[in-house]
Amino acid sequence: MEDEYNNTKIETKAADSSSGSYVPSAESVPVSEIPEQELYHAKSFWTRWVFCQDAKVIGVQYALTATAIGLIGLVLSWGMRLQLGFPETFSFLGPATYYQSVTMHGMIMVVYLLTALFLGGFGNYLIPLMVGARDMVFPYVNMVSFWMFLIAVLVLISSFFVPGGPTGAGWTLYPPQAILPGTPGSEMGIVLMLVSLSLFVIGFTMGGLNYVITILQARTRGMTLMRMPLTIWGIFTATVLALLAFPALLVACIMMTLDNLLGTSFFMPEIFTMGEQLGTTGGSPILFQHLFWFFGHPEVYIVALPAFGIVSDLISVHARKNIFGYRMMVWAIVIIGALSFVVWAHHMYVSGMNPYFGFFFATTTLIIAVPTAIKVYNWVLTLWRGNIHLTIPMLFSLGFIVTFVNGGITGLFLGNVIIDIPLSDTYFVVAHFHMVMGIAPLMVIFGAIYHWFPLMSGRHLNQTLGKIHFWISFVGAYAIYFPMHYLGFIGVPRRYYEMYDSPYMATGVGLNQFITVAALIVGFTQILFLYNIIHSTFYGEKSEKNPWKANSLEWHTPEMPPAHGNFGKELPVVYRWPYDFSVPGIDREYIPQHVAPSEVPTAKVEKT
Amino acid sequence: MKKKEQSFFELISQKPWEPSQAALDNDHNGKTLAVSKAKLGVRTVMVVSTVIFSLFVISYSDRMLIHDWKSLPEPWLLWINTVILILTSIIFHRTKVLADSNELEKAKNSLFVIGFLTFSFIIGQLLVWQYLLNLGQYASTNPANAFFYVLTAIHGLHVLGGLYFWAKVTTQLVKKNYNISKIKHAIELCAIYWHFLLIVWFVLFGLMVAT
Repeated sequence: MEDEYNNTKIETKAADSSSGSYVPSAESVPVSEIPEQELYHAKSFWTRWVFCQDAKVIGVQYALTATAIGLIGLVLSWGMRLQLGFPETFSFLGPATYYQSVTMHGMIMVVYLLTALFLGGFGNYLIPLMVGARDMVFPYVNMVSFWMFLIAVLVLISSFFVPGGPTGAGWTLYPPQAILPGTPGSEMGIVLMLVSLSLFVIGFTMGGLNYVITILQARTRGMTLMRMPLTIWGIFTATVLALLAFPALLVACIMMTLDNLLGTSFFMPEIFTMGEQLGTTGGSPILFQHLFWFFGHPEVYIVALPAFGIVSDLISVHARKNIFGYRMMVWAIVIIGALSFVVWAHHMYVSGMNPYFGFFFATTTLIIAVPTAIKVYNWVLTLWRGNIHLTIPMLFSLGFIVTFVNGGITGLFLGNVIIDIPLSDTYFVVAHFHMVMGIAPLMVIFGAIYHWFPLMSGRHLNQTLGKIHFWISFVGAYAIYFPMHYLGFIGVPRRYYEMYDSPYMATGVGLNQFITVAALIVGFTQILFLYNIIHSTFYGEKSEKNPWKANSLEWHTPEMPPAHGNFGKELPVVYRWPYDFSVPGIDREYIPQHVAPSEVPTAKVEKT
Repeated sequence: MKKKEQSFFELISQKPWEPSQAALDNDHNGKTLAVSKAKLGVRTVMVVSTVIFSLFVISYSDRMLIHDWKSLPEPWLLWINTVILILTSIIFHRTKVLADSNELEKAKNSLFVIGFLTFSFIIGQLLVWQYLLNLGQYASTNPANAFFYVLTAIHGLHVLGGLYFWAKVTTQLVKKNYNISKIKHAIELCAIYWHFLLIVWFVLFGLMVAT
C-alpha cells in the first residue's frame, strides 16, 4: 500500500501550537500538510474503463452490476406474485422453484442490490467528491473490491445453472434445513450461495477500508467532521457497521460450508432422516441464528443509514433550507449505529429463547425508535416553511419520509414480543420489512439518481417519465404492501407456496390478485426508469453546472462530469457546512462550502 | 490550530457556528487522526480480523459445552510452531529497530530470516494437520477437531496475507527500488501485523490447550 508518511511534519506543527502563540485567523488559507495524492493515470481503454482505479468509475461499475442482479431479483418477485395471485392460471412455478425464488429474491435485494448500491455505488462516487479528495486512499484495493463483488455476483448467478438449482432455504439460510435433502438446492446451490457471500464480505471489507479511511484522513482543508454533508456521515457510519457486522456472516458461512462439505457438526444437531441417523451430533442451529442476525440486524441499518444521510441532503437542497438540527442528525446516526448491534435477537423471538432475553431485546429495539424519530422530526422541521421545490428528488424524499414512518411504526409493534409471536410468520412481517427496508431506501436511491444524474452525465433525466415513475412507484408500493398488512392480520402465513382452500383465504384471494397486478405494474415502471436512464445518458436535456444550486463540493468541480482527479489544480478549501441556503443578511441565495467568509461579509451565522 | 487528538465525542460535540470554532475549523487540515493512512488501514484490518476471531471463540465456547465434545490431542509439533512464531515476532521487532536506525542492509537479511521462519510455521501447521489426519482425527470426527482445523486454517490464511506484504517489502529492498521513509514505515506495519498474529495465535492455542 503506497502511502505518504508525514508524521514528523505533524509533530512539529503540534509542537508550535502547544506553545499557545498561534492565533488562528479566519481568512488565511491553511498550508496543505497532506501532500498531493499520486494518482494512477490510466493509459488504455482497459485501465480507464474496465480495470479502473478511479472511484467514480468504480462507483458506476458497482451500480451497474447491482442493478443488473437487482433486475433478476425483480423478475423472481414477479414469478412469486403470479403464483400467489393466480395459482391456477400460472403453474410454471413449482413449490421448489417458488422457494428458490423467495430465497434468491431476498438475498439479492438485501445484499447484492441495496448494500452494493449504497456503499459501493454511491459511496465510491460521492465520498471523494464530497469530502474534497482526488480519489480514494487505496485506489488499487478499491478496484479489487469491485472485482471481488463481480465474482461474488457471478458465483451467485451460476447457482441457477447447477444441478438442483439455487438454494431454497429462505434468505436466512437456517441450518439444518438449508443443507439437508428435501430443501431445494441443498446439493450445490447452498454451497455456491455461501461461497458467494464469503467473497462479497471479503470484497466489501476492501472497499470499506477505503471508505472509512478516505473519510477520516483524506478530507480537504477546512472540512471538519462536523462540516461534512450528512450523506457522508450516513455512508461512514454504515461502513463502520458493515466492517463489524459482515464478519459474523463470514464466520457463519464458513462453518456452514464445512458442515455441508466435510460433515462437521457446528450447527447440525443429531438428525434422523428416513429412519436413519445422520453422522452429525450436538451442533446448535440457534448458534447460526445468533451469528446470522448479529450480521442481519446491522445490515438493516447498513442500508438505512446511507438512505437517511442522502435524504437529508436532498430535502435540504430542494427545500432551500438548512437541515434542522445538524448535530442532532449526526448524533442520531451514530446512536442508531451503536444500538443496532444490541437488538439482533428480536428476529428470534419465536426461536425458543429465554423470555428475559426477549425482554432485553424488546427494550433495546424500542429505544432505537428514539433517535429514529428525532431524524423524522428533523426532516419534517426542515421542510417546515422551507421553499419546497417539488422536483423529482423532492417527491421521492417526501415519499421516503411517509413510507419510512409507515414501516417504522409497524416495526414498533413487531419489536414487542407479545405482538410479534402471533404475527411472526405472517404477511404482516413481509409488509413491514418491505416498507421499511425495501421501498423506503429505494425511494432514496431513485431520488438520489435523479439528483446526481446531471453530475454523472451532464444531462437531466426526462422529467415527465420521472414523474410517471414516481407516482406509479409510490402509489403502487402502497397498493402492494398495505393489503399485505391486512393479510397478516387475518393470519395468512408467509413462505407458503399456495393457500389451497384454506379458510384464511376467503377474503384473501381477491387481495392477493390485486397485489399481484399492482406488483407487475410497479415492476414494469422500473423498466421505464431504466429506459429513461439509458435514453437520457445520450439524448437527455443538457444540464447547466450545479442545476440544483447545491452547496456541497461535488457540484463545484471545474468540469461536469468531474474529470479524473475530481478537482482541478488546487483542491478546494472549505469554510462552512453544506447547508447555507437562504442565509439572512446577504443577496445570494446559497453559499457553497468553499466560499470564504470575506466574500460574504454580511452573512449571519446561524446556530445549527 | 489544535493538533491535540480529540476524542470522537469531543469532535461530534463541536459547535461549528461559534466564531472561535469556525476559525479553528477553517485551519483544519482534513485529517482526523495523526497516523498514516496505511497504518490506519492495518489497524482496520486488525479490528475486522479480531471480530472474526472473537466470533469463532464465542462459537467455540458455546459449542464445547455440549456433551459430544472431546478434546483433541495436542501434538508436540504445535509447541514448536508456537516457539517459531514467537521467534519471528522477536526478530521482526529487531528488524524494525534496525530499519529505524537506517541499517536497511541488515534489515533485509533479517527479513529473509523472518520469511524462512514464517514459511516453516506454515509448513509446521500443515505437518500437524497431516499428523492428525493420519491418527484418524478428521474434521468430522469431533467438533473440537473441526474447530481446530478451522481456526488454524483462518490463522494460516492471515499469515499468508502477511507474507504477501512481506514479499512486497523484501522485493523492494532486494531491487533497491524504494523510498527510505516509505520502506521503514512498511517494515513497521508488517511488524505490527506479525505481533498481532502472534497474539491471535496465543489466544487460539491457549483456548485449545485449556479445553
